[in-house]
Amino acid sequence: MSERLLITGGTVIDPANGIEEARDVLIEAGLIRAVGAPGAFRKEAKGADVIEAEGQWVTPGLIDMHVHLREPGFEYRETVATGAAAAAAGGFTAVACMANTKPVNDNAAVTEYILDRARMARAASVFPIGAVSVGLEGKQLAEIGEMRRAGIVAISDDGKPVGDSGLMRRALEYARLFDMAVIAHEEDPQLAEDGVMNEGPTSLRLGLKGIPPAAEETMVARDIALAELTSGKLHIAHLSTAGSVELVRQAKRRGLAVSAEATPHHLFLTEEAVEGYNTNAKMNPPLRREIDVEALREGVRDETIDVIATDHAPHHVDEKEVEFDVANFGIIGLETALPLLLRLIGEASVARSTLIRALTVGPARVLGIPRGTLSEGAVGDVTVIDPAAVWRYFAREGRSKSRNTPFDEWRMKGRATCTIVAGRVVWSAEEQRRETA
Amino acid sequence: MAGERVVMDSQAVERALKRIAHEIVERNRGAENLVLLGIRSRGEFLVQRLTRLIGEIDGGAPPTGVVDITLYRDDLSRSRQTPAVKGTEVPFPIDDRDVILVDDVLYTGRTIRAALDAVIDLGRPHSVQLVVLVDRGHRELPIRADYVGKNLPTSRGESVQVRLRECDGVDDVVITPAEEA
Amino acid sequence: MEYRGQHLLGLEGVPAEELEFLLDTAASFKEISDRDIKKVPTLRGKTVVSLFYEASTRTRASFEIAAKRMSADFISLSSSNSSATKGETLLDTARNLAAMRPDAIILRHSSSGAPHFLAQRVPCAIINAGDGSHEHPTQALLDLLTIRERKRQVGGLTVAIVGDILHSRVARSNLIALRTLGAHVRLVGPPTLVPSEFGRWGEICHDLGQGVRDADVVMMLRIQRERMNGNFFPSLDEYSTYFCLTRAALREAKKDVIILHPGPMNRGIEIASDVADSEAAVILDQVTNGVAVRMAVLYLLVNRSRADVDANTPVEVVHAPPVRQRRRQAAV
Repeated sequence: MSERLLITGGTVIDPANGIEEARDVLIEAGLIRAVGAPGAFRKEAKGADVIEAEGQWVTPGLIDMHVHLREPGFEYRETVATGAAAAAAGGFTAVACMANTKPVNDNAAVTEYILDRARMARAASVFPIGAVSVGLEGKQLAEIGEMRRAGIVAISDDGKPVGDSGLMRRALEYARLFDMAVIAHEEDPQLAEDGVMNEGPTSLRLGLKGIPPAAEETMVARDIALAELTSGKLHIAHLSTAGSVELVRQAKRRGLAVSAEATPHHLFLTEEAVEGYNTNAKMNPPLRREIDVEALREGVRDETIDVIATDHAPHHVDEKEVEFDVANFGIIGLETALPLLLRLIGEASVARSTLIRALTVGPARVLGIPRGTLSEGAVGDVTVIDPAAVWRYFAREGRSKSRNTPFDEWRMKGRATCTIVAGRVVWSAEEQRRETA
Repeated sequence: MAGERVVMDSQAVERALKRIAHEIVERNRGAENLVLLGIRSRGEFLVQRLTRLIGEIDGGAPPTGVVDITLYRDDLSRSRQTPAVKGTEVPFPIDDRDVILVDDVLYTGRTIRAALDAVIDLGRPHSVQLVVLVDRGHRELPIRADYVGKNLPTSRGESVQVRLRECDGVDDVVITPAEEA
Repeated sequence: MEYRGQHLLGLEGVPAEELEFLLDTAASFKEISDRDIKKVPTLRGKTVVSLFYEASTRTRASFEIAAKRMSADFISLSSSNSSATKGETLLDTARNLAAMRPDAIILRHSSSGAPHFLAQRVPCAIINAGDGSHEHPTQALLDLLTIRERKRQVGGLTVAIVGDILHSRVARSNLIALRTLGAHVRLVGPPTLVPSEFGRWGEICHDLGQGVRDADVVMMLRIQRERMNGNFFPSLDEYSTYFCLTRAALREAKKDVIILHPGPMNRGIEIASDVADSEAAVILDQVTNGVAVRMAVLYLLVNRSRADVDANTPVEVVHAPPVRQRRRQAAV
């Protein structure tokens, strides 16, 4: 294997540098050496490994800043290794993983453990997110500084909200010390109490307890006010309602440091997917209405939504093949995100560069990590995407340990054909085909 | 309908019923202890006519009722369709009475077997006597009719249909040969 | 006419003709319970298992009597004597039972959708005896039968359903079926128990007098004490002040109004004692009709060809409500 990698013949889409045209990319010693006109590196790249990217897109390595890797503690659902492999298969060169493990990632030791497992996996890079509160109990601040030194890139109690407004305020203030974002899972526990899907005509018809949009919107409003009060860096996870999008839009207009995120499933599915008590349509926040899907798409279009992240939440079949009330919340998403999101370009008039921005420089900026660009000297993380590849997704063929997805057997168009981390190919569609052949 | 042959016309049907009414009254020495039960659905109409005829012969009107044998059939598990149940209506006691069971066609005898079970579930009659307008043979169970309108030798492939004014607009009995479908 | 479903999971999506057919069939079974020997041999040798995860005396007893009058063998399992207490999942329990080849399983469960869950995985007929807040189809059928007996036909009637609509599966099944048959439904109760989302299914009324005005039928629902802890209303006293069906309130209804209640009644809370014992109350008729309805349901579902059960394939859910696919979703 050569120290050098040349990607030639493709269209480079690098929103950070405003590039969207035919370019070749040369990677050397794990860093972006240069991005130049097609054919520019023919001489220089003698002896380099070459990736022919005719008809394909070449982007900075995609980043999924919201995944649950389940290790330590829930290895039967996923491990850092299988999650990182699934990420690579989905075209992601980096993921940020949440702290709701067992034990919770609320101290340096667990952070180091996760980073260790990630290094051994040698697939996508893993950036751990530390807890806001000890044990995710929402009472006492976790040792944020210690975890920062160990390598966390943000803090979040995701899985749960920070119910205590006083604690959320302190977290936003304290995180400023380390220039880190507080990632907020917005859910008023009393309004959402026992709810299992969106509150509305479908929940009424199916006889299921509902979670009203207000449960999210009241907390979004609260946290925006707290961000203003503290000048802290707030990132709102998995927005699901039109009201929330509008609140974020207003906050940005006022110049607040608020960023927001949406998942692919919230951009495509509504509460109707629950029909027949389908537990693979049960997640938190729940799937909502048509108008919410429209508003989220508009949010992506006008960049009110800075980031798209999957909230990849693996669960074992025994945790999903049960009565709806009792089933765990969440679906996997790393391997289906890209083909779904590519549809937004045609269906929802989302500009190509806007979409790629939400998967590259958008999350990189929120997390403050040196990724998401193809600038000279940047880390050699690159994703090659074939937007026209037609394939069929089977959950059983995925790299994730779990199979809880509503997209099983869907016909897909578009997929990552090559995932490159620090100049090394960690996944390629060809190897995948050879494996399953 | 092609190939259809009328074996009893409306006059023959009327004559047969009149004769049967006389036989019933004679054998039972009067109509006081009688109860007439028709097997759904054409049996019901035959019962109404017989009751009128018996009344003309003997005066009085014996009580009448309808028996739905659907719940007593022996072939329910075999069919994919579940036959509709219209219900049994026998709103009077039948203990110690002479039950005259009336049906249009006697063939394998399974319908009558089911009807007997239904009647026994309703009470303990003094006797059960069977009236049929047509007996076409091919019994599969040891059942015989006490009063027969017409004995009609048939082959298994043929189909025998009794048509009555009340529901078919005409009174006759027709045989149709085996289907060539 | 026939009932096309392989199960009875709910009344949603069941067309009017099939509802009428169910009621007609149930009506024809009534006389069996008036006989001296209350038995017909129709389901002889068939096995019916009732699996009740929620306590219930009357519904379970009603099913048991119905099954036995049809000569079926009836096994009754309740959550206390079943393996559920040992932590066995619903799926495992059902699979174990199915391996013993019952002809039907009657399920009552606190989770909405539990019967659907079984119907997709177990090869025999599933009868829903009440799932969470979702549906209780046999209750609604017996209510409709009672109404039809007294009022000749359901279409065109004004029916007021009073009480905890939000949590009531009886209310849901009834309002679905009443609407299918062309009745005008009024939903009466405090805003916490009758949210505005129900407006698409019936006329909402937060005043009892207005709610029962000119009603032909008043259906009272049980108020559960647990609702007080959820802050749906402050106390039973206050609830009954505003929503207890008293003679005075009933004066607004039609002279020949009939009153139904699924039982058991909380006398003095949702219904006054003298009203409960009045001529207008047809509660005991409901119980009688309950047995006939359940006999009819067992007859129609259990007599499927044995071939379906032997093939050990899950039987189709025929009456699933239409799924409106979003154009974009295009799932293949």
